[in-house]
Amino acid sequence: MKMLNVSISPHIRTSRTTTKVMLDVIIAMSPAMIFGYIYFGWYALLISVLSVSSCVLTEFVYEKIMKLPVTIGDLSAVVTGLVLAMCLYSTSPWWIPVVGGVFAILVVKMLFGGIGQNFMNPALTARCFLLLSFSRIMTAYPSLTDGVSAATPLSMAAAGQHVSYFEMFFGTHSGSIGETSTIAILIGFAYLLIRRVISPRIPLCVIGSTVAFVALFTVMKGETVTLNYLTVHAMGGGLLAGAVFMATDYTTSPVTKWGRVIYGIAVGLITAVIRCFGGSGEGISFAIITANLLTPIIEKLTYPKPLGTYGKKAETK
Amino acid sequence: MKKILERLYNGIIKENPTFVLMLGMCPTLAVTTSAINGLGMGLSTCAVLIMSNLIISLLRKIIPDRVRMPAYIVVVASLVTVVDLLMQAYVRGLYASLGLYIPLIVVNCIILGRAEAYASKNPPFLSLFDGLGMGIGFTLALTVIGLIRELIGKGSVFGFNIMPSFYEPVSIMIMAPGAFFVLAALCAIRNAVMIKRKQPLPEKYCTGHCASCMDASCSIGKKEDNQQ
Repeated sequence: MKMLNVSISPHIRTSRTTTKVMLDVIIAMSPAMIFGYIYFGWYALLISVLSVSSCVLTEFVYEKIMKLPVTIGDLSAVVTGLVLAMCLYSTSPWWIPVVGGVFAILVVKMLFGGIGQNFMNPALTARCFLLLSFSRIMTAYPSLTDGVSAATPLSMAAAGQHVSYFEMFFGTHSGSIGETSTIAILIGFAYLLIRRVISPRIPLCVIGSTVAFVALFTVMKGETVTLNYLTVHAMGGGLLAGAVFMATDYTTSPVTKWGRVIYGIAVGLITAVIRCFGGSGEGISFAIITANLLTPIIEKLTYPKPLGTYGKKAETK
Repeated sequence: MKKILERLYNGIIKENPTFVLMLGMCPTLAVTTSAINGLGMGLSTCAVLIMSNLIISLLRKIIPDRVRMPAYIVVVASLVTVVDLLMQAYVRGLYASLGLYIPLIVVNCIILGRAEAYASKNPPFLSLFDGLGMGIGFTLALTVIGLIRELIGKGSVFGFNIMPSFYEPVSIMIMAPGAFFVLAALCAIRNAVMIKRKQPLPEKYCTGHCASCMDASCSIGKKEDNQQ
């Protein structure tokens, strides 16, 4: 007799797994990263390899020691390593990505319970850890292929200089490995949208509100706002890469529709405050990890009402 | 003698004020940027704690229950003033780096906590050793935290450079986050050691005789009762 398979709901399953989502993110990041390798040279590739292998190895060793199921197959550690490499300068010493990778996985991810349990973006927290620990090394402008160190567009704009639109669009300027090329990041963004990996709400809110608040604060400070200045803020720094690949991290961003809008605006506001009033030119990584902490509150505030209940009467029951 | 040793063991390991009771977190996190600061803070708290425990224990039958808190504060504040002035006179360098945290010993919860939990109920001699145990526990904890933070964050131990020249100091360790990292790591290590030492709990077993079973959380017996 044929046995019927009886199981509890849900009965509709999707073939989309963590591994597939992470693979999509890796594919989306590859244009920006490959551009970085071509533009900054083979050492940038070495930094990515070190960062990724440090993340994967840390996860593997930790899970072996703690006798947990090994989860390096879901590729999330690879994504963490790539995101970390993306926001490092190509001139960092070799041990910077290694230390960053260990910190990201061990302290931020595994100690809080592994994938899906971390309350801050591991790669960005590791970058902030490195920035605070080794600020002299982490803020030295990278030298380009000709060996001359160059200022990033953001620092040039802060000094009142004009930055070429062509350079910003194609990314032929100084900066972190994966953040310079606007067109490469936009290709990745389009891929993520087509594959429906992320919703456009967070990236668009982050970019829009950063530009709006930067304009507002600049006017408040009594300085003139030029189109070039605002474009540099949108395209010249780490804002695009942060908004597309880092602020949209599933674990640390809200799941509700309006929650994502509030979260995006919060990231933009903090970025603009750091950029306009803070000591360092760049502010997106600190803004994202600060907004990560607001995520539970935002989700609670924007929790949708269940179908069939309305008004206050239903709530009091 | 056995009771005295028990008090010391209790303060240093079993109920260590920093790693187990989690008391006095403000000085623990704020002043442990170097080993010498941790040691200085620990010793000054220890001195106040021993004396306050002794005095409060001596006065425990005189102090009315209703006004015990103000009375404790008066005792502790007088002692802290003494320590404050002594440090200002004889160890000026340490006094300058500890700054505001010395007067703040008045409101340190370890001191008020021990006064309330132990000294107000126990004889003076034991209270003195309770204060000594807790004080040593606090001093050891602060010194170890300061030592680790200074070693990683500055590459030195008690102000002496011991790391090789290529070592790049992890300066986040001497900032506020470093205090949390080190405190959490040390708590975890202490817990891991204590859990390993403990005897494993006897596993629950069911004999099938619900009438003789005392396990209130068992659901089998209740079900049978309902059916009957």
